Amino acid sequence: MNKKLTEKLAPGHSTCAGCGIPSIVRTVLGATEDPVVVINATGCLEVTTTLHPYSAWKVPYIHNAFENAGATASGVEAAYKVLKRKGLIKKNVKFVAFGGDGGTYDIGLQALSGMLERGHQVLYVAYDNQGYMNTGGQRSGATPMGANMETTPSGKESFGNQTDRKDIMQIVAAHHVKYLAQSNVAYIEDLAKKAKKAFETEGPSFLLVLQPCTNVWKYPTSQYVRIGKLATETNFWPLFEIENGKYVLNLDIKKPKPIEDFLQTQKRFKHLFAPENVEVIKTIQKNIDRKWKELLKKTSNK
Amino acid sequence: MNKKLVGATIEHDLSKAPKTGNWRNVRPEVDKDKCTGCGTCVKYCPEAVINLRERRDDSKFKKLAKIDMDFCKGCGVCAVECPFKAIKMEKE
Repeated sequence: MNKKLTEKLAPGHSTCAGCGIPSIVRTVLGATEDPVVVINATGCLEVTTTLHPYSAWKVPYIHNAFENAGATASGVEAAYKVLKRKGLIKKNVKFVAFGGDGGTYDIGLQALSGMLERGHQVLYVAYDNQGYMNTGGQRSGATPMGANMETTPSGKESFGNQTDRKDIMQIVAAHHVKYLAQSNVAYIEDLAKKAKKAFETEGPSFLLVLQPCTNVWKYPTSQYVRIGKLATETNFWPLFEIENGKYVLNLDIKKPKPIEDFLQTQKRFKHLFAPENVEVIKTIQKNIDRKWKELLKKTSNK
Repeated sequence: MNKKLVGATIEHDLSKAPKTGNWRNVRPEVDKDKCTGCGTCVKYCPEAVINLRERRDDSKFKKLAKIDMDFCKGCGVCAVECPFKAIKMEKE
């Protein structure tokens, strides 16, 4: 194994072959030299890295429940502050909370909101695989329109998930967080740069990272980087950051590819290519174009 | 009280790790003549099992990708992402 990359998270965990979650964790944790404490919501990352009697974590790690990664992180960080004030801890310690989209958009939203609003010095990283993949692929607030999920199956009566993703970036931005960014596991340098910035931020910071899921998006295990890149190249997943309220576009896609290029790589969207679902793809494309225009308005590029 | 007994903590011990190498049905083979040691595979390998080793042959490149088969799950990301097509997936 690679010694440098596995300093904080070792192999031997059971993420699916070709899953990018460990790459996200390693890149984020590798962006600081200080000792880190990891707080984890229930989800793929938690169940795969903590198979009893083994733990893949080489750094202090705490998992509490699905809904309270934000609250647990707040408590750990507050205790650290007290101990530091009393002189019992001398080191500068960084706190990182990892949650999936279920633990962030839906179940953990309240605890996350509290953590952000109280201003704890925590970096919250949401790896977004757009559903509850650890339990077989139920839809979440992050599932895009048209996806065939376990709880929104496609068929004669339905084209799959009826609604579009919740805009979690806007929700977090509404807490006046000093730094938050949307990144993608396929753009690892972009993620590393953003993680470094987030660690240097005073107060809470937030990263939303797209994580293609080989198992439920249904594509070959070798494709996570390719599909991640397509998500950004079609403007399905733009890369941007919000620093002190100012929007910055990190990658301006001059000629975006049609959304079909992204959809056809995954079997969760296979049914959309049937003749009766032509309109659904058009609606998806329209939504993407609208959101892209809104983002361009917010960034200074246009 | 013994510090290690507070709560239910587990220490990292690699010897207890499941050897995920036995998940593989295809294995990545690095072509020594094509590998330039650029490190793209290292960057994207989800298991972080690829190292760049110093070459001992007379190639003009200094490094060569070496894959740890104990933990490689055989996903094939390295083979797809290699810009020089120096990694091929072979049947186990």
